[in-house]
Amino acid sequence: MKAAGVILAVVAALALQTTLARFFVRGAAAVDLVLVVVVYVALTSGPATGLLTGTFAGLVQDALLPNAVMGIGGLPNGVIGIGGLAKTMVGFLAGVIGTQFIVSQPLPRFVVFFAASVMHGVVFMGLYTLLDLRHFGAPYAEVGVQSAANAVVGVVAFQMVELLPGAVERRRAAKSRLRR
Amino acid sequence: MALQDIRQRSGYLFLAVMLGLVLLISAQVNSRSGVPVLESVTSGIFSEVQRVLSGGVSGVRRLWSGYVGLRNLRAENEDLKRQLAAAEIASQEQRALADRARGLEKMLELRDRVNLRTTAAEIIGAAAMPDFRTLTIDKGTRDGLGPDMAVIAPAGVVGRLVAPSARSAKVQLLIDRNAAAGAIVERTRAQGVVVGGGNERLQMQYVSEASDIAVGDVVVTSGIDGIYPKGFIIGRVETVEKNGPAFKRIVVKPAVDFSQLEEVLVVLTPTPAKEAAAGVSE
Repeated sequence: MKAAGVILAVVAALALQTTLARFFVRGAAAVDLVLVVVVYVALTSGPATGLLTGTFAGLVQDALLPNAVMGIGGLPNGVIGIGGLAKTMVGFLAGVIGTQFIVSQPLPRFVVFFAASVMHGVVFMGLYTLLDLRHFGAPYAEVGVQSAANAVVGVVAFQMVELLPGAVERRRAAKSRLRR
Repeated sequence: MALQDIRQRSGYLFLAVMLGLVLLISAQVNSRSGVPVLESVTSGIFSEVQRVLSGGVSGVRRLWSGYVGLRNLRAENEDLKRQLAAAEIASQEQRALADRARGLEKMLELRDRVNLRTTAAEIIGAAAMPDFRTLTIDKGTRDGLGPDMAVIAPAGVVGRLVAPSARSAKVQLLIDRNAAAGAIVERTRAQGVVVGGGNERLQMQYVSEASDIAVGDVVVTSGIDGIYPKGFIIGRVETVEKNGPAFKRIVVKPAVDFSQLEEVLVVLTPTPAKEAAAGVSE
């Protein structure tokens, strides 16, 4: 049941990402919604679920890239597994942090989302550069802005998921009091 | 129970998954040809999801704009836009023709240029990762599309097809980090290679320091890459700087606004360079 929920969340994030991203294709700081879902699941469910979610989400994302097709310079555009590896690491470490530390306030959550996004960027771009498949130049500002955007979206998502059921309950209770 | 054990030993699970992924990556890096089955299947399935979603989004947008807009004016506006787009394409073809006439090129090449066959396609999705600049279009091999076909818009060059499946295809935008195109400065005929940088600007490389390049110069495709037909607008020179003793560092602003694209044209006619290469391989 939980696995189905996680798969649904990843697919929904991917669908949203691919639908909305075309309108922001010029912007260098697009949010990686799939990464946000992976970190969220890792923080709420632990390292095992986090790493498996990361593996699944990363592999699906990799598979949707134009992989193994040579660029003009003879470089392949994408490799299945690099995004998977980066998100597996992020999912595992975010899960470990979620079990070892109290991450229930917006600020610690922001820090975890931000650090996870930076780590994802370093591993993802590092592997592509290391394998001489893709060159990213010096994308410090890009990674920084992307990480901040991911962190904001992650914290807001967390707050919404936590606050919405409570708000609905309170509203129901208030209505039933009024009826009496 | 076994699943519980695995979950409790997440460290082992982590190592096992990482090992699997490293093996997966290694296998692909060693063999650089062909499209993996996983990619093909996932891409095919997901493009259907994108098609449905895109249809839904387009439907809602159409409904809304039909509700708030004046219908007749809108239809007229759409018609004028189509006419303008067609006129811009024709204008680009004329520009390319004029270039060739000035350059005393052969009549055969001229005829090829005029007979450029294209097919229109709608954009139904974007890249799954922000680090890749690709779009998905709603036509594929079933419509006669193949890899490395040029994709253009009324404003200029968009990119090339990289992974066509039966009913959809991925377009690598010219601004992608791995994209490149043979280019020529229209005014001075200085040649170079335009490459993407992952952001909204292009860089024109390998242009000799001695070349006469000025800000605002129009950069067009040279046709030597075998993908893009000659004479199509890439963009305008934004900055020109010295880059070492031999070359200039040129930043080009693309003519196409990639965030506003809704429809594109795929060039079906193979370029002379591609035909020549095919002839050699045969």
